[in-house]
Amino acid sequence: MELIVARPEGLYCPPGDFYIDPWRPVDRAVITHAHGDHARRGNRHYLAATPGAGILRARLGEDIDLQTLPYGTPLEHHGVTLSFHPAGHVLGSAQVRLAYRGEVWVASGDYKVGPDGTCEAFEPVRCHTFISESTFGLPIYRWQDQACIFADIDAWWRANAAAGRPSVLFAYAFGKAQRILHGIDASIGPVLVHGAVEPLNQVYRAAGVRLPETLPATATSKGDPLLRQALVLAPPSAGGSTWMRRFGDYSDAFASGWMLLRGARRRRGVDRGFVLSDHADWPGLLWAIEQSGAERVMVTHGQVNVLVRYLTERGLDARAFQTEYGEEDDSLEPTN
Amino acid sequence: MRAFAELYARLDATTSSNAKLAALQDYLADAPPADAAWAVYFLAGGRPRQVVPTRVLRDLAIRLCGLPEWLFEESYQAVGDFAETLSLLLPESTQVADESLQWWLEQLLPLRGLPPEELAPRLQALWTRLDRQSLMVSLKLLTGGFRVGVSKLLVTRALAALAGVDAKRVAQRMVGYTDLAHQPTPQRYLALIAQESAEEHAQRGGQPYPFFLAHPLQEPLERFDAVLGPPQQWLVEWKWDGIRAQLVKRDGRAWLWSRGEELITERFPELAQLAAALPDGTVLDGELVIWKAPPDSDEQAFGVQPFALLQQRIGRKTLGKKLLDELPAALLAYDLLEWQGEDWRSRSQDQRRAQLEALVGSIGDARLRLSPRVTGDDWQALARQREASRQLGVEGMMLKRRDSLYGVGRTRDLGLWWKWKIDPFSIDAVLIYAQRGHGRRASLYSDYTFAVWDDSAPGERVLVPFAKAYSGLTDEEMRKVDAIVRRTTVDKFGPVRSVTPTLVFELGFEGIALSKRHKSGIAVRFPRMLRWRTDKTIEQADTLATLQGLL
Repeated sequence: MELIVARPEGLYCPPGDFYIDPWRPVDRAVITHAHGDHARRGNRHYLAATPGAGILRARLGEDIDLQTLPYGTPLEHHGVTLSFHPAGHVLGSAQVRLAYRGEVWVASGDYKVGPDGTCEAFEPVRCHTFISESTFGLPIYRWQDQACIFADIDAWWRANAAAGRPSVLFAYAFGKAQRILHGIDASIGPVLVHGAVEPLNQVYRAAGVRLPETLPATATSKGDPLLRQALVLAPPSAGGSTWMRRFGDYSDAFASGWMLLRGARRRRGVDRGFVLSDHADWPGLLWAIEQSGAERVMVTHGQVNVLVRYLTERGLDARAFQTEYGEEDDSLEPTN
Repeated sequence: MRAFAELYARLDATTSSNAKLAALQDYLADAPPADAAWAVYFLAGGRPRQVVPTRVLRDLAIRLCGLPEWLFEESYQAVGDFAETLSLLLPESTQVADESLQWWLEQLLPLRGLPPEELAPRLQALWTRLDRQSLMVSLKLLTGGFRVGVSKLLVTRALAALAGVDAKRVAQRMVGYTDLAHQPTPQRYLALIAQESAEEHAQRGGQPYPFFLAHPLQEPLERFDAVLGPPQQWLVEWKWDGIRAQLVKRDGRAWLWSRGEELITERFPELAQLAAALPDGTVLDGELVIWKAPPDSDEQAFGVQPFALLQQRIGRKTLGKKLLDELPAALLAYDLLEWQGEDWRSRSQDQRRAQLEALVGSIGDARLRLSPRVTGDDWQALARQREASRQLGVEGMMLKRRDSLYGVGRTRDLGLWWKWKIDPFSIDAVLIYAQRGHGRRASLYSDYTFAVWDDSAPGERVLVPFAKAYSGLTDEEMRKVDAIVRRTTVDKFGPVRSVTPTLVFELGFEGIALSKRHKSGIAVRFPRMLRWRTDKTIEQADTLATLQGLL
């Protein structure tokens, strides 16, 4: 029995008659997390894990018809038992476990296996069929411990502050930015944020995630002495915009898993690249798949062919799922 | 090694010359001379022969990572750099140490020629001593693929600043530093940054001077007067399509050097012979070409032959009499750098030219010719003459300020040379294959094969490939083309994808010749993309007949 199939509207559960992260409007949408390529507007009814409610409402509107369910709590619908389990990707991100007549499937959405302090850590869930992303599905992708990365960011910031120069760090506004805020040593200097970042900070703070005090960058203007010691967090799209002018002579950096490769760093044209991703690296993907105990793995967005072939050679029944994920956060190498 | 790897990372991370210069100075100021000697060698373009064959490194890496071969290939395609791929795939090292760069070269260089079964355990043991960044850099040293976007001039400037010696003097000392024949030593490094001494000029043997290079002139003709002043202030010559060379005559011996500071005397025995007639203490700068006397009837033509013929001469190891007769070389002299043992580089272009003319005239040998002067009352008149460039077999004109001293590399403080090149040939071609690029273009489909229409068979037009190109697009265009390639892929052959033809580009190239090796029967030189012709459909691309018409 196929508990999930790929349809033009999205991943569909036939016995339950609902979709998971549909990319076209449907009646019932189960949402794994609030990144734009997974949580889209226009669905009639939404179901998501409770910790993700704030972000979903902030991004899709306060008026959406949203039902929430705490992690680990089962919900039955048309005979299908559904529950959410932490995916460790961003605040409120969940794997969706579906059980029907003894068959168990898990759709993991986007996930990261290492803990990061801004969301519940990934929880392995046993299943027969595991649906996995493959964003960084090549053995070259092996992340360092995040403490090392934050130490690098702090050292870069400290050196810039000593030279009296703002440190502009580009990072995705939802998830990555808060993870950085949570991880850095805020005693180095003031932390300024772009207007796209602050509303999400507020949701994280409301959810009990500890973030240092942040100031809106627009409260400063060129030449403000505050800027000389400041760390500025901005979405990648702010690069090259007039908003940047206030920073004068600044050092810039980009935080993303893609920064592992020199080619990507050089194309980006920033002073520094920090390798920090909200997705599982290669060992992480293999670990999650192994922990699920699944005999069948459906691979979505990323290095689909590579992961399918690798798993097949290791004796698993691995197949590709066509999806339209991977257009927000760092599922795709940034293009702007 | 870590300090050198960090220097590499700093240089790699920036495009700013000042930032690179600062990084070089920081490194050199701290490095022990034995390390600095090697660092300067590599940064200035020194390449020891490949120490370990890539194939051996690859097999060893695959074994150590425990990966299937196809997955290694996929990884390499995504990274676009062999050393970087290995450094990302090899197990994280457990006992990182930090030996000096010199220590590392003492370990690595003797590995050359060892059988693979001996290499494997030694490399494995060495690799565990390196962090990822150092591992990548050491692999680049092993494969001879060390490049980091630093010019020799920049290294020279860093050394000059460190030593407090004039950069031209350091450039002079750098000549031959990267020669394969000598290993960098602390003594040789210290000589680069030593205080100036009186004997320095006398002890130079067959060494050439650093070449002075021209800048491309890209102003429109109507701005010439404003930018350049009247043409009377300039020495105007043709821009020859040959090999830049210096002919050095000292102590009864002759040396011929190419611009890459490669000694090529033995490849051109007729020029070594000719040098016998030159007085000792003479250094000529000029263009090495194949020259055959043009027919008397054609007063306009020069005897300069296509570059392809010169390439045949360079490629040949043994030079038979037949070859020397068929492809006779000549030096088109255009500058005099040393005369009667004295360095003439700080004299004006005019003075050097006058003495050069007198010298060449007095030798009277057809193998040594004066690069002729081109004259015109105004820039328009010169521009009209320049239109004949292709018929004459030249690439355009050179403009040299008559009061120019002879500088070093691309400096412009002592004198100024412009190259006023003719526009390249251009043709509208269709993209049919794509491959992922390297370096900055890594993991993007950015290396393309282009085709034109062959109408010769009745009934059906077919696209025939004739050129590969990868440069000329902006980063944004490259990303767009990459996305289209992925969307329109028809088939994959290893790393190459064939696509449904939809894209037309204007390709530029410098030369065109018949070729048996190419399917189209045509080979073009330096092809690159000039423009993405989004306004054209593939049917509107050019034909093979048009291409043949350029021959």
